[in-house]
Amino acid sequence: MGAQLRVYTQKIKSAQTTKKITKAMELIAASRIQKALARVEASSPYARAITRAVSAVATYSNEVHDLTLERDEIRRSAIVVLTSDRGLAGAFNSQILREAGELRAQLEAQGKEVEHYLVGRKAVQYFQFRRRAAVRDWTGETDVPTADLAKEIADAVIESYVKGSADGGVDEIHVVYNRFVSMMTQEPQTVRLLPLEIVDAADDATDGEHFPLYEFEPEPGRVLDALLPVYVESRIFNALLQSAASKQAATQKAMKSASDNADTLITDYTRLRNNARQAEITQQISEIVGGADALGSAK
Amino acid sequence: MALAVSIVSAEAEVWSGDASQVSARTVEGEIGILSGHEPVLAVLAEGQVRVTPIDGAPIAVDAADGFLSVDHDRVEIVARHAQLA
Repeated sequence: MGAQLRVYTQKIKSAQTTKKITKAMELIAASRIQKALARVEASSPYARAITRAVSAVATYSNEVHDLTLERDEIRRSAIVVLTSDRGLAGAFNSQILREAGELRAQLEAQGKEVEHYLVGRKAVQYFQFRRRAAVRDWTGETDVPTADLAKEIADAVIESYVKGSADGGVDEIHVVYNRFVSMMTQEPQTVRLLPLEIVDAADDATDGEHFPLYEFEPEPGRVLDALLPVYVESRIFNALLQSAASKQAATQKAMKSASDNADTLITDYTRLRNNARQAEITQQISEIVGGADALGSAK
Repeated sequence: MALAVSIVSAEAEVWSGDASQVSARTVEGEIGILSGHEPVLAVLAEGQVRVTPIDGAPIAVDAADGFLSVDHDRVEIVARHAQLA
C-alpha cells in the first residue's frame, strides 16, 4: 500500500473515533437537558409562592426594607458570574464572560468599583489566568445545583450588600447567567439582584379596604426580614437551574456540530483515499503495460 | 368549603390537596387554620405543620425556616427543605 493511502486511512480512522465520542456526548447531553428542565419546572411553585408572599407584604403594608431601598450613591457593585464547571459547550462560557466583562466596563465607566463572585470552574480559571481577584467562588456543583448552594451564594452577597460600600461591602449586585430560551438558543442575561425590584404585584392591590385585613406574624418588618433573603435565594436558585439547563443544551448543540464536522471529514478523506488508490492502480497497470511493451519490442 | 393546601420546597412541590384544617407553629405561637380564615403571612418556627386532608389520614410536614400564607382559603407552606415527616 502506498504511503499516501496509509495517511488517508489513518485520518479517516481518527475522524471516526472522534465522531464516536462526540456522538456519545451529544446523546448524554440530550438526556440531561430533560432532567435539568424538569428541575427548573419543579422549582417554579416555590419561586411563585415566595414572590406572591413578597408582593403581599409589599402591597398590604407600608413597610420599606433595606434590601428594596435604592441607595443615593452607588460606589461599589458586585457581579455574580454563573458559568459551568466543564467546557465543550460552544460559546456557553465565553458569552457569559464577555457579558460580565462588558458590564464591568460599563460600571467602571460610571465610576463604580467592581468586585466579582464566581460560580463554576470556567469563570475561576478565566480569572486566575488573568490574575484578577474574586471575592468568593463556588465550583463543582453547577451541573446539578442545590437549594443549599443558592442559599450560600445569597447569604454571601446579602452580607456584603447589607454592609454597604462604606464598610467594604457593595451597594448593588448584578447576576450574569445564561437564560434557557429554547433548545437552540441560550441567551446571556444580566439581572440586577439587589436592591430588589419586586415585579409581580398582587392583582387586587389597589383595593384599600384589604389593607387592615392582612395579618402578619410577627409584624410586617420582621416578616420581610425573613422573607426577602429567601426571595433573593430563589432568584439565584432559578438562575443556577437555568444556567445548568442551558449548559446541557449548549453541549448538545456543540457536540452535534462536532459530529457533523467529523462526518464531513470522513466523506472528504474517503474520496481522497479512493483517488489515491485509483492513482496507484493506474500507475501499476501502466508499469506492467510498459514492461510488456519493452519485452515485446526486444524480440 | 375546604382549604386548598400546597406545600412546596425549593426543589419540588411536596404535597397539595384539599384539607379541612391546618395547624402550625409560627414564631409567635400555635396557629390553627380553618376555612374562612383571615389572610395571614407568618414565619414558621421549628416544628411540624399538621394538615388534616378532607379524606385520608392526617399528614405532618417538617418545614423549618419556612413561611405560611393564607389568602382566600388557599394555604401555602413554603420552606427550603420541606418534606413529609
